[in-house]
Amino acid sequence: MSLLLLIVQTLNGLQFGVLLFLIAAGLTLVFGVMDFINLAHGVQYMLGAYLAVMFYALTGSFLAALVLALIASLAFGLLLEFTIFRKLYDRDHLEQVIATFGIILFLNEGVKVVWGASPLSLPVPEALSGSVVLMPGLLYPVWRIVIIVAGLAVALLLYGLVTWTRVGMLVRAGASNARMVSVLGIDIRRLFMIVFGFGTMLAGFAGIMIAPILSVQPGMGDTVLILAFVVIVIGGIGSIRGAFLAALLIGLVDTLGRSFAVDILRLFMAPSPARTVGPALASMLIYLLMALVLYVRPAGLFPAKGRG
Amino acid sequence: MSGPVLRVENLSKRYGGLVVTDDVSLDIGPGELHAIIGPNGAGKTTLINEISGLVATDGGRILFNGADITGLPAHARAAAGLARCFQITSVLPNFSALENVALAAQARDGSSFRFFGRADEEARLNARALAALEEVGLSARADVAAGQLSHGEKRALELAIALALEPKMLLLDEPMAGTGHDETAVLSGVLQRLKGRFPMLLIEHDMSVVFALADRVSVMVYGRILASGAPEAIRTDPKVVAAYLGEEAA
Amino acid sequence: MSEAALSRKAGSRPLAWRGRVLPLVIFGLLALVPVLSGADYALNLFERVMIFGIAALALDLIVGFGGLVSFGHAAFVGLGAYAAGILAFHGLGDTLLALPAAILLAALFAAATGAISLRTRGVYFIMITLAFGQMAFFTASSLAPYGGDDGMTLRMRNTLAGFDVFANEHVFYYATFAAALGVYVLCRALVGSRFGRVLRGARENPTRMAALGYEVFRYQLVAYVIAGAIAGIAGFLLANATNFVSPAYMSWQRSGELIVMVMFGGIGTLEGAVLGAAAYILLSEYLSQWTEHWALIFGPLLVAVVLFARGGLIGAIDRLRRRRP
Repeated sequence: MSLLLLIVQTLNGLQFGVLLFLIAAGLTLVFGVMDFINLAHGVQYMLGAYLAVMFYALTGSFLAALVLALIASLAFGLLLEFTIFRKLYDRDHLEQVIATFGIILFLNEGVKVVWGASPLSLPVPEALSGSVVLMPGLLYPVWRIVIIVAGLAVALLLYGLVTWTRVGMLVRAGASNARMVSVLGIDIRRLFMIVFGFGTMLAGFAGIMIAPILSVQPGMGDTVLILAFVVIVIGGIGSIRGAFLAALLIGLVDTLGRSFAVDILRLFMAPSPARTVGPALASMLIYLLMALVLYVRPAGLFPAKGRG
Repeated sequence: MSGPVLRVENLSKRYGGLVVTDDVSLDIGPGELHAIIGPNGAGKTTLINEISGLVATDGGRILFNGADITGLPAHARAAAGLARCFQITSVLPNFSALENVALAAQARDGSSFRFFGRADEEARLNARALAALEEVGLSARADVAAGQLSHGEKRALELAIALALEPKMLLLDEPMAGTGHDETAVLSGVLQRLKGRFPMLLIEHDMSVVFALADRVSVMVYGRILASGAPEAIRTDPKVVAAYLGEEAA
Repeated sequence: MSEAALSRKAGSRPLAWRGRVLPLVIFGLLALVPVLSGADYALNLFERVMIFGIAALALDLIVGFGGLVSFGHAAFVGLGAYAAGILAFHGLGDTLLALPAAILLAALFAAATGAISLRTRGVYFIMITLAFGQMAFFTASSLAPYGGDDGMTLRMRNTLAGFDVFANEHVFYYATFAAALGVYVLCRALVGSRFGRVLRGARENPTRMAALGYEVFRYQLVAYVIAGAIAGIAGFLLANATNFVSPAYMSWQRSGELIVMVMFGGIGTLEGAVLGAAAYILLSEYLSQWTEHWALIFGPLLVAVVLFARGGLIGAIDRLRRRRP
């Protein structure tokens, strides 16, 4: 266990956390404001990645691909909202789960039909490829740093929007008590659409940014979706701040846990059982964390005021 | 058994900076019907919630038949014989009126961890339920889904459910809330018949009902008990008249 | 009292057709499958229908009647399967040992996770049951000696008191049928019993139930454990039907499928759970033979069912019947 490895994995954990935040932010807002469980949020992330690959093939420019994919993600998300999700806001959570589950099935198969089942990839933009020397002996990929910076920038932007703009105030109010907001005469449908659209774009953005690193394939949104839900449950539903902190926490715990679980266990037990138990424990770590948090604080760590 | 059935000592509850019940102390003796009156927002419902266990108290003690129930959860207090009627009707809307009451009778009839045998065919439970419904005048509506009863009928159902629990004490939170003149008279008559059977703590706004039924009246204003005593004494107490009764006392 | 008797819609007593005709039809047809088609393929298919029907019945108990939406129910099925599989791996392949082990393992897991999960409600409950399901999944995936990620093939089915009776597909089919019928009858009894009434009341108004003196948590936990145990039975049967155990049996997608099955048939009806399992399995089987992209049809179908067919299959049949003069 070297210091170098620790630093690299910490950075990786931050990068993963930032990615989770981008996905969880939209999820927690949609859930907080509209009380809508959107399992299809994960495929939104996947779609962003696929669209980026497609537009890159068409334009040859990463920047163009980024912009076009964002717009296409937003459009698709709004389409889903308008045609299907809008009708589900009044239904109970179970029905929302099932309907969005159906959308996952459809889209996971759909991308297979359109783009094939083999994993696709997207090259890192020239200028930002390669690695940078962070300290003697420590090389770290530039693109991962870009992701971290981009994610933090978005977090700041969201925080600013939510805290200082009128729309942001409405969103925060809606997260506490949506019915009250609509009773006050605000066009709640438009607010919902804005919230949803934004969330969708964030998920798509996450997909676009991660495409150069991970392979783009059907079902890539599924694991990430579950993790995003864990993030918002731990962070507190409806809370951006909670989502941010929880996402970083989970990103770090998961990454560091997987890297060092076996080593840490070796301090307590023999190498062989440590090697079997280690990976299993590492995978479960986040869920154990969530169970613990829910046991102690059933409404999450930073629930939006008025809930929990 | 001597001594009060319910003794409340220095009960306090605050939400942030807002003090809702402020050092409230009360005694209710066997067979006594004790009414609490006071303006809206005085903390009366919170007091009942604290006594029945729905709300955790921030300070003070509650003694029920001598036993300290302050730390007990709501269901344990109900099981000990402390029954309540809710201000906002709380029944099982998709169950019939009869089954609503039968569930109460079931709670008093041995274990409910019985996994075989149709509960809705248990004659003893149904008979007890029907008897309670008759007491409040609802026996003709026994098979109607509770959600489809009229508002006044639902208030009567709340009372029937409480009766089927064979309570050692009954907490009534505005039983006449929203009922029309006739229904009020029926419910009032029921309460009159129940007087003496077990002690009752009654929150009510309808003054005629209060003064007709109560053995003692306490006045609650801004979370504190302003005055407590026989109805006539309260009616003429100048503090009370000034703070609350005003022209209504006439 | 006849007017009142007519308006008796409360309680768990189903309408005559639902209470008597429908279960007769369902189980009658299931009993006749080996007669109508002796092919192993058909038997296998309907064995799966019954096995998932058992799991769906258990889920309907807690979702439909308890109001507890569990998104980790597949874990109990998987645990039952693994109990049987692991014991068989070590040469202890008799039903008399494996079945109780499966039930016990599932029930214990349900008791432990239920005690924590039931302290939460709403979406938090959904999430925490999902989390526990994932934990079971990852644990199974890491059991390298028992196949890990890839799962483990079982050389043979469980014996019964030493006799290899389940090797005969017909015998196994009817054993599964007996289990399914037994579970259905058990669930029917449970739902109408004192216990079931408290559970149903708690679904509608937990505050009121507490005010009656019922400790809601305890009833829900017992229901959760019973549901887990029943799902464990399904897992045991699944391991035998497929001669295979795999972590995939416990995936969250499988838990989602179970919820879909219950909803397809009609939540809170019990018959619906079996119908829904049949509909889901037969439909996906039929569609997948037609096109490998069957999810393109199945997905929107789910959305359509939620949007337009409230109450699932049984709700739809109910509506059709009411339209008849």
